[in-house]
Amino acid sequence: MLLVRTIELLGAHVTDGITALGNFVLFLTTAAAYVVLPPYKPRLLIRQVRTIGADSLFLVGLIGLFTGMVLGLQGYNTLRRFGSEGALGTVVALVLVRELGPVLAALMVTARAGSAMAAELGSMQATEQIDALSVMAINPVQYLVSPRVLAGVIAFPLLTSIFDLIGIWGGWAVGVGLMGAPSGPFFNGIAQNMSSHDIATGLYKALVFGLVVMWVCCYKGYHAARMATGVSRATTEAVVLSSVLILVWDYFMTSILL
Amino acid sequence: MSDSGDDKSGAAIAVRGLRRSFGQQQVLNGVELDCPRGQITTIVGPSGCGKTVLLKHLNLLLRPDAGQILVDGVDVTRVGSRALDAVREKFGMLFQGGALFDSMTVFENVAFPLVEKTRLRRPEIAERVHEMLAQVGLEGMDRKYPSELSGGMQKRAALARALIRRPKILMLDEPTTGLDPTRTSAIHELVRHTQQQFELTAVMVSHDVPQVFEYSDRVAFMHLGRIDLAGTVSEVMKADNENFKRFLAGRAAGEDERPPSQVLAAPGR
Repeated sequence: MLLVRTIELLGAHVTDGITALGNFVLFLTTAAAYVVLPPYKPRLLIRQVRTIGADSLFLVGLIGLFTGMVLGLQGYNTLRRFGSEGALGTVVALVLVRELGPVLAALMVTARAGSAMAAELGSMQATEQIDALSVMAINPVQYLVSPRVLAGVIAFPLLTSIFDLIGIWGGWAVGVGLMGAPSGPFFNGIAQNMSSHDIATGLYKALVFGLVVMWVCCYKGYHAARMATGVSRATTEAVVLSSVLILVWDYFMTSILL
Repeated sequence: MSDSGDDKSGAAIAVRGLRRSFGQQQVLNGVELDCPRGQITTIVGPSGCGKTVLLKHLNLLLRPDAGQILVDGVDVTRVGSRALDAVREKFGMLFQGGALFDSMTVFENVAFPLVEKTRLRRPEIAERVHEMLAQVGLEGMDRKYPSELSGGMQKRAALARALIRRPKILMLDEPTTGLDPTRTSAIHELVRHTQQQFELTAVMVSHDVPQVFEYSDRVAFMHLGRIDLAGTVSEVMKADNENFKRFLAGRAAGEDERPPSQVLAAPGR
């Protein structure tokens, strides 16, 4: 009897898990389909690009600056031990463009825009605003989710590029300006050693992170339980899952794109 | 079927053997209900009896496990997603909390269905929205955001949005939840007035028993996932139904008040 009960419970967990995963994937495919299908709503897209992109600019710039500055500091001190301060520019730029830019920008935007998005959709669900859209014969996924996912895919690479540029400048300011590394080799090294493949790798990552973060945050918000705690739980889960997925995906994408 | 739209005597909505369960719980257990054209049918019953779930089936937010919902004689539980839009055009829905979009002003909220689903021009939309806002007593409130309105005003704005596309059927989910007695009767009167003016068929879920009977044509009492008793208000009041009597007596004693957390918790999820 106990054995049957255990197997039942195990089976229920497995089917629940598979159903949830299926819903999760279905959610994205539906959202993606409505990106392509008319009617198009450029106004909604532009508003979301502003929310995710333009409104995150200051934060991303600030974090980019300090990341670059610390790279300049650490890089200079490490490279000096080998007498290769001239490689500082290459190190800072490659680390930022290939790795830290996409990852840190994505994490910051998750914290800022992703959490807000999950909370917004969650409270719309709780107050029946999503049902209201359905009743008005407006597909809520098309109206709410598709523009956000597309906006994420557009905004993340742009934010990452800005993060990279400001970061490189920050590395230069500290490494060259403060610590006294040679300025010429700093930029020369970047020009010589950075390939378009490096830049593309970083932008691909940013693009995928944009998709993943918006997918997770919209899904969690959209499916929030209709309780006061439902919204907060959805927000927490959205941020945690997005952050984990960013770092896990980062490894796999790096190993594929390397 | 084609002339059923002109049939003034027939039921605008007829529910036949509707069943729906969530997990182990059988929430709708063979619901039979007729909502005659041009009348207000009010569904009452103890909380958890499935009223809201039933309403969510009527406006097609949920699909039943079995049974039929006939709107003007057409079974809407089996229509595809394209035809669904056409069916939904007949409906206006007033949600429990109003469900106004809080990122939009009152004007934008009321104009929303017209902007999204019609090809009307801006001036025409503005004219209709202002007309409708005057109708529900919200002149001059068009630039306010829902958060700046009182509960009663939010309900009025939500009613205006529900009516803006001139639906034939209006559904109301506990339209007076969270309102004081004065506002409650004001909303009831407004619902009655607009229903008569636009000759709407209205289906209302309410907990304002017995006050709501004054504003209803028909009452359906729901108990344990079925309609236990239905008829005109006077028929129902005279009926010899133990469950209904107990429900009315419990209401009078203030029993069965829902805790606030349950208002948000949707039984349909």
